[in-house]
Amino acid sequence: MRMSELPPAQIPLHETADVVTARRAARELCEQLGFGKADQTRLATAVSELTRNVIQYANHGECVIENRSTATHRCIWVQVRDQGAGIANLEQALTDGYSTSGGLGAGLPGTRRLVDQFHIESTPQGTCITIVLTKPL
Amino acid sequence: MKIPILRLERILLVSIQVDLTDNDAMQFQSDLVEQVAEIEALGVAIDITALDVVDSYMARVINDTASMVRLLGAESVICGVQPFVALTLVEMGRDLLGADCAFNLGQGLEILRTRIATRGDTRLSEDENV
Repeated sequence: MRMSELPPAQIPLHETADVVTARRAARELCEQLGFGKADQTRLATAVSELTRNVIQYANHGECVIENRSTATHRCIWVQVRDQGAGIANLEQALTDGYSTSGGLGAGLPGTRRLVDQFHIESTPQGTCITIVLTKPL
Repeated sequence: MKIPILRLERILLVSIQVDLTDNDAMQFQSDLVEQVAEIEALGVAIDITALDVVDSYMARVINDTASMVRLLGAESVICGVQPFVALTLVEMGRDLLGADCAFNLGQGLEILRTRIATRGDTRLSEDENV
């Protein structure tokens, strides 16, 4: 497939405008790979949540969006990472209704529900979240 | 990025046509609340037909704005939530958009007018001195 030759998008995250750039890039790749509108919206929203967390809690980081489609599946892989102080209580952060910033507390648990795979690693040296959206061709 | 706020007698209409950054969203919120107070608006319709992503932050800003408007004494309605936005918001979590909604601006205005009428405040026009 032609799309798989595209280099991964690497979006630096420094200010709130980068959140918009990242979610747009995610939606575009989603659309190009033939995901439906529902999945496009899910992924764009998930990327928006995760990249905002970076700006809000770690000041800066980056978002990598890759096409990892295979012969049988269309697949988008997104990694959002930062070198911030990490998440002190991961279990709590993944609990519905929990927010340290006065948000609605839907951030991480909500994002997890939007994607097919969700993986988080957080240490005092930084946080790295990987999400994957796949669909059989 | 400034979101234009249109005035129709004592109803304010806002149509968000661009993808807002968080800062834009906060600016929009304070602009709108300020203007509602200034003209003592009776109702506010916020049209988000053009928004194809509403994440939890944006949902909170929209909700909060609707509540603030109501606290001031005006009615508020959110118009044109896209089907996939609705789907995503519900999948993410309950109560992300708690404000009153309408399919489109036309229906939103109708709801506002009915509410204002039942509220007993008939001064839709500006002739307060009558």
